[in-house]
Amino acid sequence: MDLDELYQDVVLDHSRRPRNYGDMPEADAHVHGDNPSCGDEITLHVKFEANRDIGDVRFTGNGCSLCMASASMMTQKVKHQPRAQVTMLWDEFHRMLTANPEPQDLDERLGELQVLIGVRKFPMRVKCATLPWQALKQALETTP
Amino acid sequence: MTDWTALRKDFPILDQEVHGQRLIYFDNAATSQKPRAVLDALQHYYLRDNANVHRGIHELSLRATEGYEGARARAAKFINARKSCEIIFTRGTTEGINLVANSWGGANLKEGDIILLTEMEHHSNIVPWQLAAQRTGAKLRYVPITGDGGLLDLAQLDRLLTPEVKLFAFTQLSNTLGTINPARELCARARALGVTTLVDAAQSIGHLPVDAQDIGCDFLAFSGHKMCGPTGIGVLYGREELLEAMPPWQGGGDMISSVDFFESRWNTLPHKFEAGTPDISGPIALQVAMDYLDQIGRESIAAHDHELAQYAMDRLVEIPHLRLFGPRSGRAGVTSFVLPEVHAHDVVTLADHRGLALRGGHHCNQPLMRRLKVASTARASFYFYNTKAEVDRMIEILREIQQYFSRGS
Repeated sequence: MDLDELYQDVVLDHSRRPRNYGDMPEADAHVHGDNPSCGDEITLHVKFEANRDIGDVRFTGNGCSLCMASASMMTQKVKHQPRAQVTMLWDEFHRMLTANPEPQDLDERLGELQVLIGVRKFPMRVKCATLPWQALKQALETTP
Repeated sequence: MTDWTALRKDFPILDQEVHGQRLIYFDNAATSQKPRAVLDALQHYYLRDNANVHRGIHELSLRATEGYEGARARAAKFINARKSCEIIFTRGTTEGINLVANSWGGANLKEGDIILLTEMEHHSNIVPWQLAAQRTGAKLRYVPITGDGGLLDLAQLDRLLTPEVKLFAFTQLSNTLGTINPARELCARARALGVTTLVDAAQSIGHLPVDAQDIGCDFLAFSGHKMCGPTGIGVLYGREELLEAMPPWQGGGDMISSVDFFESRWNTLPHKFEAGTPDISGPIALQVAMDYLDQIGRESIAAHDHELAQYAMDRLVEIPHLRLFGPRSGRAGVTSFVLPEVHAHDVVTLADHRGLALRGGHHCNQPLMRRLKVASTARASFYFYNTKAEVDRMIEILREIQQYFSRGS
């Protein structure tokens, strides 16, 4: 059933016990993102390596289960990763949720993030899952 | 005694399944459904009478004008205005408030003045005043609420309602808390100090008897679509003396009496505030909605709302740890709540899949949400066509949702 595809156990687990949750005052970028229509809001804290690759990543804020799970899984996936790898993940994640028709050739490096593909069937909720990624994009663009 | 179940037959939209389940429509504070009579009026206008209003000589223009101006007279009667010319047709509550903020605000507000609002205002009764404050140098001040109980803290009013206050704008019925504010008392206290008042009647108009003269306000704004009328039409009521003294807001056809290359003379009320071809079918259908509601009786609707809301509150508190907002008694048919450990958006998505239409989010009340220290709430809002059986089903669904989200934890 669609709802069970949306709210998979791993999604609920990440939303209840978000990984990499917490403040990081020493971060290079603190990007705030919100969905004005619903009240989801998160702040992504990113530290960059000297070569501009991604260092530590944490997030704070409050959102629905999809937003929190997406942020939690995203931070796990992108921290301490080369910039090119993060850009690839960003593009693939967006293709997974927004490309039409549904892509059949997603890069397997998306890994656990693929559990969020169920969000496709809930157009009103796509922005919940993409909110942390919008913040990530902004952080990448403002790399010192 | 009103046969409420029989009234459901007037709303064909209610008779359908959503995601394979009987529709339960509990999003009436966002917009109400429309009875067949209102839909028929819209269609009849376009099939038989459509023409532009005013100035026309031909038969159809006459019919359109009579329909449009007849609706104005009906609206005046509906809220007990003294005269038809005190009724300005707008696109809705938001436009009515913006009209006052621009026209009256521009002419009357200056640096050092205070605009008094309340913490439970909808964005549409905050942002126009922020813009007016930026233009004029006036400042905003808020009457606080008592907390989750959601009443205005009237003990603070003496301290806040001072001679610097030029305008007091407040909602008659909170769209999130279900609070019914004592509009008459608030206007009396403002009037004693010479403070102009604006009542946001968006939520109250279709749910309570609303009598502008009895309330004693200077302005009152409402929308048609929350009271069984179409979207895109609303009313701004203003006392004649104030409207007369105010400058026009928008310029164009219909709002002038004569135009020269460099200056124009304004038309009389209410046309001074209705530039351009208005929504004509809207007022005509809104008039039918007013007739429809008065046939049921607004006192009866208020009593039905109240009873259903009390029933819903009694049942909601059966759910362990559910946090409920708004007064426990004397309330209207709007209930906001937070299920522990489940975000409002997830509640609404799951409810939708069981045919239950709720709303989740900040309900255009972001400052109020911050005040209550919640990111969002789920909201169930009722109308006369809703039933206790539907409330019972909602409780079942909320329990299912709670179980669904507690799995594996």
